[in-house]
Amino acid sequence: MGKLSAVWRETNHRYRLVAHQCGNCKKMYFPPRDICPDCHRESIGKMKEKQLSGNGRIESFTIVHDAPSAFARQRPYVLALVKLDEGPILTAQIVDSDFSELEAGKKVRAVFRKIREDGKGGIIQYGYKFVLE
Amino acid sequence: MSGIVSYGSYIPKYRIKPDEIARVWGEDADSIRTGINILSKSVPSPDEDVATISVEAARNAVRRGKVNAGDIGAIYVGSESHPYAVKPTATIVASAIGADFSLFSADYEFACKAGTAGMQNVKAMVDSGMIKLGMAIGADTSQGAPGDALEYSASAGGTAMILGKENVIAEINSTLSVTSDTPDFWRREGQPYPTHGERFTGEPAYFRHTINASKMLMERMGTKPSDYTYAVFHQPNGKFPTRAAKTLGFSEQQFKDGLLTPVIGNTYSGSMMTGLSAILDKAAPSDRILAVSFGSGAGSDAFDITVTKNIEKMDRESAPTIKKMLSDVKWLDYAIYAKFKKKIIVGDAVE
Ligand SMILES: [Zn+2]
Repeated sequence: MGKLSAVWRETNHRYRLVAHQCGNCKKMYFPPRDICPDCHRESIGKMKEKQLSGNGRIESFTIVHDAPSAFARQRPYVLALVKLDEGPILTAQIVDSDFSELEAGKKVRAVFRKIREDGKGGIIQYGYKFVLE
Repeated sequence: MSGIVSYGSYIPKYRIKPDEIARVWGEDADSIRTGINILSKSVPSPDEDVATISVEAARNAVRRGKVNAGDIGAIYVGSESHPYAVKPTATIVASAIGADFSLFSADYEFACKAGTAGMQNVKAMVDSGMIKLGMAIGADTSQGAPGDALEYSASAGGTAMILGKENVIAEINSTLSVTSDTPDFWRREGQPYPTHGERFTGEPAYFRHTINASKMLMERMGTKPSDYTYAVFHQPNGKFPTRAAKTLGFSEQQFKDGLLTPVIGNTYSGSMMTGLSAILDKAAPSDRILAVSFGSGAGSDAFDITVTKNIEKMDRESAPTIKKMLSDVKWLDYAIYAKFKKKIIVGDAVE
């Protein structure tokens, strides 16, 4: 059940891109962090939940050919570093695009997609991926 | 009066043409096109299901209406392809849009009219004062067995309607339903594909319920077809809704804007609601709409709707319009389609 509770705990940030903002230096953290690595003790109790817009730009991307079997239907797929408008950079799939359309700097927005299924009887994990704007 | 406060839809980007399907099964694409009037249908990506489609439609409705998700007091999701047999889609939608913990919610099932059944319940809850705002979603990723006639039409998409009493863009003047036990279409638990009771699909099921519900509502309201600017019906194919509309006395001018099945296929629970969404995309104040869904099994929900002045204040382009979603597409061949739709089993892949 350990993994299941991790999935459950991460629901807010995976479903809705909820970040943590340091109340001291205002820096935004995604995935959320309980303490700001810059402000340490100064940030204790000052990390506030902040909803990200889901808008950002492609920093860089790679095309994954050697995909795990769970991704066989999506192979090859695109994994990108996306810099969100609010600052945080995250790794996510870019979907519904031809590779020729992709370029660093292009605008993307978050969409809600199925991330993985734990077999035929297990839980379905949902979360963010990105599409070209 | 209570009514629609906002609306949002989602149609997957992928499409396939009947020519591709007919090529594989050795059928005549021309006769499919003219026979059921389907020119293409939407196909969900492998990472899309009713939960993801519902969330996208719900987010579009929240954004377009500038609604505070915390004010939504009820969420009902109607579908016949919920991702789980047990575990509601509504909970996933609620969490993904950031609805409050204090929330009425459930999943509904009534073939293709579960979403409109949700609209009726939400309207009643708004009218009774149980909730301020409520959301009803109709969405499906419907399945047609390979080689079956349904494979040409069964598609994916969904629409969310937010109902309330304030800032109403379209008042729901009245709604009624008809219900009968009719074996026109069903799917047993655990079966991947539905079965249709051939001779029951047309007259005793679709036409009897759709036409009677429309007539009963117009009788109740003292209206006639010419009183409506638009009419939209459930669209299992391109032919049935056209025939129903003409039988009732509606002209093409009235039903063409809500008729989407010829280009996106039958989105089942999303069908009539997405047609209504296309109408709301272009409707003007005081336009009157007759909207009638149909669910196999069988029944129809009919709505008499009047668009209000508030629609002019709404930035309808702030969420993707149906027109936009129809123009931004990617075409699939049958092989990729079969892979996407899991008609090809991939070894021991865990997915
Ligand atoms: Zn800090």
